[in-house]
Amino acid sequence: MRVVDAPYTFRGGVHPPEKKELSSGSAAVELPLPDLLKVPLSQHLGAPAKAVVSVGDHVRRGDVIGSAAGVISANVHSPTSGTVKAFESLPSPAGRVVQHCVIEPDGQDERSNELAPFADWESRTPAELIERISAAGIVGMGGAGFPTGVKVNPPPGKKIHTLVVNGAECEPYLTADHRLMLEKTERVWTGIRILRKILGAEKVCIAIEANKPDAIELFSRIDSDEGVEVVVLKARYPHGSEKQQIFATMGFEVPSGGLPADVGCVVENVGTMSAVCDAVLDGKPLDSRYVSVTGEAVARPGNFIARCGMSFRYLIEAAGGFSVSPVKIVAGGPMMGFAVSSPDIYVTKTTSGILCLDERHTFEYSSSPCIGCGRCNSVCPMRLLPSEMACAIEADDIDGAAALHVADCFECGSCSFSCPAHRPLVQHFRRAKGVLTLRRMQKKAEEDSRKKTEQTHGSK
Amino acid sequence: MSILGTAVVIGLIGLVCGVLLAYIAGRFSVKEDPRVEEAIAVLPGANCGGCGFAGCASYAKAVITGDAPVDRCSAGGAAVVDKLSKLTGRSGSASEPKAAVVMCGGDNNAAKQKSVYNGITDCGAANIVSGGPKACIYGCLGLGTCARACPKNAIRLEGGIASVDPALCIGCGQCVSVCPRGLIRLVPRSHRIHVLCSSPEKGAAVRKVCSKGCIGCGLCVKAEGGVSMTMSGAIARIEYDKAPVANPEAVAGKCPSKCLVNLDLSDRGERA
Amino acid sequence: MSDEKGAVNEPSMLVTSSSPHIHCGTSVRGTMRDVLTGLIPPCIAAVVFFGLRALALIAVCTAATVITEYVCRKMMNRNNTIGDLSAAVTGVLLALNLPSGLPFWQAALGGVVSIAVAKQIFGGLGFNPFNPALVGRAFLLISFGATMTSWTESDWKRVERVPEAGISAPAEVPQPGYDVVMTTATPLGEVKTAAKRGEKPDFVYDSQMRWKLFIGDRNGSMGETSVLAVLIGALWLLYRRVITWHIPVFYIGTVAVFALCLRLAVPDMAMPVDFHILSGGLMLGACFMATDMVTNPVTRQGQVIFAIGCGILTMIIRCVPGGAYPEGVSFAILIMNAFTPLINKMVRVHRFGEPKRGKAV
Repeated sequence: MRVVDAPYTFRGGVHPPEKKELSSGSAAVELPLPDLLKVPLSQHLGAPAKAVVSVGDHVRRGDVIGSAAGVISANVHSPTSGTVKAFESLPSPAGRVVQHCVIEPDGQDERSNELAPFADWESRTPAELIERISAAGIVGMGGAGFPTGVKVNPPPGKKIHTLVVNGAECEPYLTADHRLMLEKTERVWTGIRILRKILGAEKVCIAIEANKPDAIELFSRIDSDEGVEVVVLKARYPHGSEKQQIFATMGFEVPSGGLPADVGCVVENVGTMSAVCDAVLDGKPLDSRYVSVTGEAVARPGNFIARCGMSFRYLIEAAGGFSVSPVKIVAGGPMMGFAVSSPDIYVTKTTSGILCLDERHTFEYSSSPCIGCGRCNSVCPMRLLPSEMACAIEADDIDGAAALHVADCFECGSCSFSCPAHRPLVQHFRRAKGVLTLRRMQKKAEEDSRKKTEQTHGSK
Repeated sequence: MSILGTAVVIGLIGLVCGVLLAYIAGRFSVKEDPRVEEAIAVLPGANCGGCGFAGCASYAKAVITGDAPVDRCSAGGAAVVDKLSKLTGRSGSASEPKAAVVMCGGDNNAAKQKSVYNGITDCGAANIVSGGPKACIYGCLGLGTCARACPKNAIRLEGGIASVDPALCIGCGQCVSVCPRGLIRLVPRSHRIHVLCSSPEKGAAVRKVCSKGCIGCGLCVKAEGGVSMTMSGAIARIEYDKAPVANPEAVAGKCPSKCLVNLDLSDRGERA
Repeated sequence: MSDEKGAVNEPSMLVTSSSPHIHCGTSVRGTMRDVLTGLIPPCIAAVVFFGLRALALIAVCTAATVITEYVCRKMMNRNNTIGDLSAAVTGVLLALNLPSGLPFWQAALGGVVSIAVAKQIFGGLGFNPFNPALVGRAFLLISFGATMTSWTESDWKRVERVPEAGISAPAEVPQPGYDVVMTTATPLGEVKTAAKRGEKPDFVYDSQMRWKLFIGDRNGSMGETSVLAVLIGALWLLYRRVITWHIPVFYIGTVAVFALCLRLAVPDMAMPVDFHILSGGLMLGACFMATDMVTNPVTRQGQVIFAIGCGILTMIIRCVPGGAYPEGVSFAILIMNAFTPLINKMVRVHRFGEPKRGKAV
């Protein structure tokens, strides 16, 4: 297929040291089953799944253990065969408390045949395929975990013309997507074709950063259909963010507060593509993924195919344990990942990496004041004014921050990365966004209850 | 001569400005009920916001215009309600005097730390970073957002936990609304027994993270007789709308983890 | 470390913080260190042209600012901030803005005012609305007008002893406790004096004079005379990305455009464009003072507005006939410092995905 350089590039952004060489050379290793798997029932954006098994039940690999609760939610499947031992409330990688289903594997790894393989997927209707994607519990594997079945089913009237496949992996250290593109090129490609059929997209852009020439080469060798091209992005953070990626590949700006579908695009991660292929062709639900275990504090950084529910501790041990005492363990990449408080955290569908940083390779936030250098303002890829927003939030002026459009911030971290005063800018914005969301929800609840009382009064 | 000229010019400017000001003051004067001034004088002037208005002056205005009941001032208590009733002719009953209590006793000695928190000194901000530094996900984060919200400086931070000085507390409830964990409650001052733990977890799980947590043994409820205390799952609960616990010393002595305390909140101290 | 497993199995207490977890490596201290390094060429030039007294004056100012910073923070019960080197930067910058013959006690007083009044009263680094070094200079200029405008002849001149263009008859001003020194006007001062008489000095067209202005063999504040040294320092700051090109280029560019317009409007009165650019404190101001990150706007667009404002004000102060000050740079920057919050408020960058003006959301 055709390889083209990205015609545009967004303004701002940073270029942190890539550190991909730590793990990019190591092929993904399938791990043996641990003694216990603790599968989080919320591995996605939206409502947590509802547990549908009870303690003592026997489950097979692929059985639904948590079913989607609501429109924006996703099924959770058992990653192996075994017995449900307990349900525990444990912290998720993002720090929320989430119910985990504890499964003791029986070692058989017996598959359930709930989902039949669609060998003839090309003759299936989009509705059937979407249903399969939802049933297989597929969510965006880039980080946010938005249910894919919802994303590929845009509201009527929103025509999708382009499918953007995100293989940018702009986060430093992480190489999981890179390895996946190298090792599962064909499956990613099949997934792309399935999704293209569902969306009826005329164009497909496979966006890969220039620092992965081998992956670009592999995709370029595929005999492609009309309208598919590999778009080579300049290596710059955050090219993997969907809004910046759409701009780089096509030059559209997704409107503030809007979704890619508003400009006729859908962005999906390469890992999601491979999962779509597994679900449709083989009837395999999403229960495992590529995880990079890397960082300077890990003895042998590498990539692993990990089942959801494996502990970080287990994966770190598989990577040779710690070489030096880690100061931080991060779920995800160093720019947007979450620092966890212990290695007893469990892999989810969105855990792209486990990053162990030693003291030399991380830094300390300080509470020193803004010195007005303006670097944050020039690196913000959303062209917001982080310095001004942070000052407003520090003065508890959340409305002031809202007027500066703090809601547009997607927490890429470019500002904090560049701040010479080491100010915790992203944390300020996360807090402000949280307050604003809470307020919006409260307002909605008030309106709903008012409407209700009005209705009851009216009926009387 | 030149000095005289200057004086005349300055004097004239002053005269013109004075006349202008007098005219504007008369032209744009806002007629205000004189009782508003009296109501402001009656209110304690803490501007705590506990009534739901921006400050004492705006509450006073609302009371006089009839937009607010006369019994909303928690800081002023019964005396203020009486005076406002006389002023407006409307009656109201003063709610029972209340004080804020932080329902967590997990100081740095008792509560286990799970990580070193590096970030903004604000409980709400810490709460979104893997739930703060303490292992207990229900307990006080100890970063003092409540203390900064308190208009009377009644909240102290000691050993990683916030505690309210009942003598200074005016019961406005500002701290209640800012605590991201909802740990602070306004309780009637007549109650002496309080459960300083908010973890609904079972005993073993609580023990793992805090030595001062309620383990749900139920000894206190038994000693009290279950009149004003009940077990709510694995935590003892005080029924604050019922009568205060009759035998506080005996009940408090029963608690094995010392999370049940016998606090004297009756002293309202100096009022503004 | 064994081959099978890493040396550490159980991590000690981990740190949790918000993302991001890596940093580009800059720090306030590092930035200030870069500025200090960038100030080395102007300091060397000062010593070359004004002798060792320049070095002593720089030392006095820096000591005064650092000690004041320390004492102020102690008195306010705040953490000690002399380690971030911002006080030292203020000290050196202040010294470079003083004439080399200034009594030491006055220089030290300027340093105290810079830090105590212009910086710490507002809460320290990051909160000061005005550039502290310029406030110090303005204070000294207003308080000690005589000594602040007694320009000691540069050492080289004294050696040459040849009356040249640009130096009017030296007036001997005896100073207490100091040898009789030659004091003369700065080139800009001379132009202003001449303009008051309705004349224009010839030296402004002299090509040798250009060269002297460029390398710094002229009268003026210690750091401003050598355009060459300032440019070397500015290149270092650009290379270290402490400053961007926007402010210096737009500042100097505005001065150039303004000067050109004047020249076209009143050809027989106005000075040549290059004379305006090379003389006075323009280079030092544009590269080191207007670029002070605390007191200039936080957006590129704002910085451009700021720089243009500085340029216009500088030229107005320099060229208004009968004006009190021949040199306009410090006051121009101070005035624009006052506008910085306003510029920050007014300039709104077009956000990513923001609907174009006029179009419905």
